[in-house]
Amino acid sequence: MKNVNLKINGIGVSPGVSIGKARVIKKHEALITGVLLDSDESIHFEIEKFDNAVQLSLDEIEMIKSNADISIPVESIEILETHSELTSDPQIREDVVEKIKIQKKNANDAVIEVINTAIDIFKNMNDEYMRARSADVQDIGDRILKHLNNSSNAQTKILEDDTILLAEDISPSVALTLDIKHVTGIATSMGAKTSHAAIIARAKNIPVVIGCGEELMAIENDDVIIVDGSEGAVIVNPSKDIVDRYKIKRDEYATQATFLRSLKNLSATTDGTAIKLYANISSGDDLEESFEYGAEGVGLFRTELLFMNRISLPGEEEQFEFYKSAALKSRNKPLTVRTIDIGGDKQVPYLNFPVEQNPFLGYRAIRICLDRKDIFSTQLKAILRASIFGNIRIMLPMISIVQEIRAAKKNLEEAKRELSEKNMAFNKDIQLGIMIEIPSAAITADVLAKEVDFFSIGTNDLCQYTLAVDRMNEKIKELYDPFNPAVLRLINNVIEQGHANNIPVSMCGEMASDPLAVLMLAGMGLRGFSVSAPSIPFVKNILRNNSILKAKEIYQKVMTMDNSNDIRSYLQEVIK
Amino acid sequence: MIVKSFVIFAPEGIHARPATALIRLTKNFKSGFSLKKDDKTVRLNSMLNILSLGAKGGDTILIIIEGEDEDDAAKAIDEFFRENLKNM
Repeated sequence: MKNVNLKINGIGVSPGVSIGKARVIKKHEALITGVLLDSDESIHFEIEKFDNAVQLSLDEIEMIKSNADISIPVESIEILETHSELTSDPQIREDVVEKIKIQKKNANDAVIEVINTAIDIFKNMNDEYMRARSADVQDIGDRILKHLNNSSNAQTKILEDDTILLAEDISPSVALTLDIKHVTGIATSMGAKTSHAAIIARAKNIPVVIGCGEELMAIENDDVIIVDGSEGAVIVNPSKDIVDRYKIKRDEYATQATFLRSLKNLSATTDGTAIKLYANISSGDDLEESFEYGAEGVGLFRTELLFMNRISLPGEEEQFEFYKSAALKSRNKPLTVRTIDIGGDKQVPYLNFPVEQNPFLGYRAIRICLDRKDIFSTQLKAILRASIFGNIRIMLPMISIVQEIRAAKKNLEEAKRELSEKNMAFNKDIQLGIMIEIPSAAITADVLAKEVDFFSIGTNDLCQYTLAVDRMNEKIKELYDPFNPAVLRLINNVIEQGHANNIPVSMCGEMASDPLAVLMLAGMGLRGFSVSAPSIPFVKNILRNNSILKAKEIYQKVMTMDNSNDIRSYLQEVIK
Repeated sequence: MIVKSFVIFAPEGIHARPATALIRLTKNFKSGFSLKKDDKTVRLNSMLNILSLGAKGGDTILIIIEGEDEDDAAKAIDEFFRENLKNM
């Protein structure tokens, strides 16, 4: 292709930038020969040939499996098990043998027809996961055909350094055997986001852009290519200034990625105390990013987004889809769904609630839910129904007295009963926890702990209620201070009572990501921090570079101090 | 003949991975296994068949076991679903 600076847009599925030379993989499709068999002997021979090709394919899969390097995620190795099961699938064999015996087709034609039928079944399924399985069927079919025809694998050619692979699609097994010493980027004209190829490429940190369209296949071998997997673009034969610009982008990305990766998996203090880092999210779309930053689940899934900017309440189906789509992306990690926290500063005009003198002390959150059973029940049923799609937990905001928990539990049981009557599936053991953000709840944490499965401390409200400070009021904002000894004592009590009653305690307020507070909180015994995704590596960094022993010392010292100014300056000093 | 009924949990339906494990489990028994969803029944020895049933989260499936060791086989199937239900 002679075009200079041609930009082709696609979908970035593995971030990063790479610059290299194109290697175009043209698929050599096995063609139907149309040969008809004319003797029992040849029928017997073709069946044997098929069985032989299957055996060679199985051997090859075993080999790929044993040579796979450790950077490959377990799930990807597991798909090889699936491939091996599919390769030896009795139904496939039965169909192939029937075509050979009855329709007198040769093994090659029989395999092509059987595989194509199977691919069509999956492609027509109304489900992205199942549609993506057609790639697996294609993959095993290609492998059997390759062995049937003794053709060599096109991808085994020796590649030069900095090769960018261009193909219609990358099959899972090609992705697994990628020569990452040489392949630095991938672009495909087709491809699905959930494909194994994308997962493997992400694990290997190779930028990938899919869905570039036919234009991509017009690129020739050795054309210079930039693949920008963050932006989702491929640039063909870039001019020097463009190359220079992308080199900077590439290096910036690599530096950041190295930092994030170094923090991704380990979240323990230097003396080995494990501490969980969760993300706060507002929609399922935030999950991908959260996992990139190393979140081990979601400590706070706000559901207000669903209720704002509209003219009427969302129904059960709409809510169900919203929670379900998040659950589907949650990788079976804890997904803590907070029931609606409206009122206060989050007004919902279409509900026509009367204007209040003190909205923060008024009709809000759980108080609305327990009063308006219709709103609460719809949300609970939608969450319950979504609970079979992930590890969903329910969290109630603004609990101030134990009766509220008991009433909410009744509503939850009622919602479960209604679903059971309709034969709808849900997780009947779903966990129920509460936010501790009102002083009365923090003080009676010992009582409340006996009623619920977990606590999550909301520091923003806890602070303003404890100190009687409106955090929106500019004139008194100096008084709003989570390091006030009163607030710290309340937080400490909640953590202590959680431990005493064997329920986990985490924190989802802003304080959880405050560098000054992190060690002190860990010292109090906090083992779950739920923060905005980009804050995760920073909180983790603090925890990983300190011991729990030091954290305890800090906490003990802080508890002896009588004002927040001293506490802040001490913390500033000690965490340097 | 023993018939077992299970509700599928995983949204994607029976996942390729547990399906693989399930097929491998059935190979330990002499009994024949089949899988029924609505009015469609397939033999439980083929990944292709299992996946093409298109069973989704919330669907109920029946597993039908028949053969001399069906009691043991049914126990193993129960055990399997107890351990893997979350992924299925």
